[in-house]
Amino acid sequence: MTRLTRALAPFVLIAVLLAGWEIACRALSVPLYFLPPPLAIAQALAADWKPLLLSAWNTLSMALIALVVASVLAQALALAVGLSPIMERAVRPLAVVLQVTPVVAIAPLVVIWAGLDHAGRAIVALAVVVAFFPIFSGAVTGLKAADPDLELLFDLYGASRLQRLTRLRLPSAVPYLLEGHKVAAGLALIGAVVAEFVAGSGEAQGLAWRILESSHRMQTAEMFAAVLVLGAMGAALHAILEAAERAGLAWWRGR
Amino acid sequence: MIAALSEVEVDYPRRRALGPFSLEIGAGEIVALVGPSGCGKSTAMRLLAGLEAPSRGRVARTPGRGETAVVFQAPTLAPWLSARANAALPLALAGVGRTEAAARADAALARVGLKGAEAARPAQLSGGMAMRVSLARALVTDPKLLLLDEPFAALDEITRRALADDVLALWAQARPAIVFVTHNVEEAVYMASRVVVMTKGPGRTAGEVATEAALPRAAGFRTTPAFRAQVEAVSALLSQGMAPV
Repeated sequence: MTRLTRALAPFVLIAVLLAGWEIACRALSVPLYFLPPPLAIAQALAADWKPLLLSAWNTLSMALIALVVASVLAQALALAVGLSPIMERAVRPLAVVLQVTPVVAIAPLVVIWAGLDHAGRAIVALAVVVAFFPIFSGAVTGLKAADPDLELLFDLYGASRLQRLTRLRLPSAVPYLLEGHKVAAGLALIGAVVAEFVAGSGEAQGLAWRILESSHRMQTAEMFAAVLVLGAMGAALHAILEAAERAGLAWWRGR
Repeated sequence: MIAALSEVEVDYPRRRALGPFSLEIGAGEIVALVGPSGCGKSTAMRLLAGLEAPSRGRVARTPGRGETAVVFQAPTLAPWLSARANAALPLALAGVGRTEAAARADAALARVGLKGAEAARPAQLSGGMAMRVSLARALVTDPKLLLLDEPFAALDEITRRALADDVLALWAQARPAIVFVTHNVEEAVYMASRVVVMTKGPGRTAGEVATEAALPRAAGFRTTPAFRAQVEAVSALLSQGMAPV
């Protein structure tokens, strides 16, 4: 009984809040464009689920492409940096500047470089910028995170630089890489949505485009529906990545 | 002679870590280094291992590459490797072939009583078992000099005594020179033929206590008057070395 109650508790609260929202909207005759009641949002979801899912896929696929590109670039650069301290000194400040510059601020530039007709390229590029740093930072930290006593053992047995890299530093970096990719994937999605707001969607109409489009038409229920899909997609992505990180760590330490 | 430190001093930025300190380790000898925290015991170990050079003084070592092994306070195993691959690490780094390295690692694991645990990962082992894997990794190259840096400090008393006897039994097979650092006076007297007591840092020699009883120790050695007398002698040197100069 208590377990059931516990499991149901969040759903009950949500149901109560939704009911209150619905009743308040009706009782106070809130205009639809201002705050649509939950039922109107549900109707919008039901009516538009196909284009919404397509848009969600468009946004997600761009975020995933960006994640792959960022992963390759960040790990390659981290490896170069990890092998040479002078490279690290050189690259660090630039990487930090890249990280702290808001993606919105550089979006117009990227849109020009990508070509005004290629909004998709601009979105991917901007999402790459956002997703790059956590992977790079994780990889650089991870490559230096080997147990110092294990490093001493590698000294003791006269390990070569290559042996030290492949047998100690790279394997030691795995947990940091997993964490970096988890954070980066979430950021890539956010980056893709933000970039879409700034760069437009081009041919592939993503979720941000849906939100903007509904906003221009004052179709607030449709806006809510798109935001809801975006939230659900983010939560699902997060859950998948958490599970992937756990599985990766379990594989790494054999349990 | 396997290794000797003559009048070595080690300076770190802002402070001296060790010395002047001298210590000679003969072949097949078991020497315990005892001293207060921060007296430079671990620094002395790194000098003996050839992992660090002294600021002043001389270090002489006869073991070649791979003939010195170190066991740390923590097992220091690679979590992503099996017990077998961990034990085989020194061989892999020396370019020994996979099959031969695995066979020798299995033999080393069997020597420390871990037959059957070859495929286990460190996370699946108890603290005592992980320490045994660490010991197997040290023994796999048949070292001439085995350095143990507070190897049992993190273990409970029963595991610690069992491991001490196991180390002595292993020593009896190949007779490597063993130098071990410990905070535990009874352990030092029990295991070593010579206990070197260091002063507080920067460590110098406060004195030495030699034990005549044969190694490995006979059962009940811990209850003999000779054992008690030596523990008292080492403790006296320790408190003398702690006193302000």
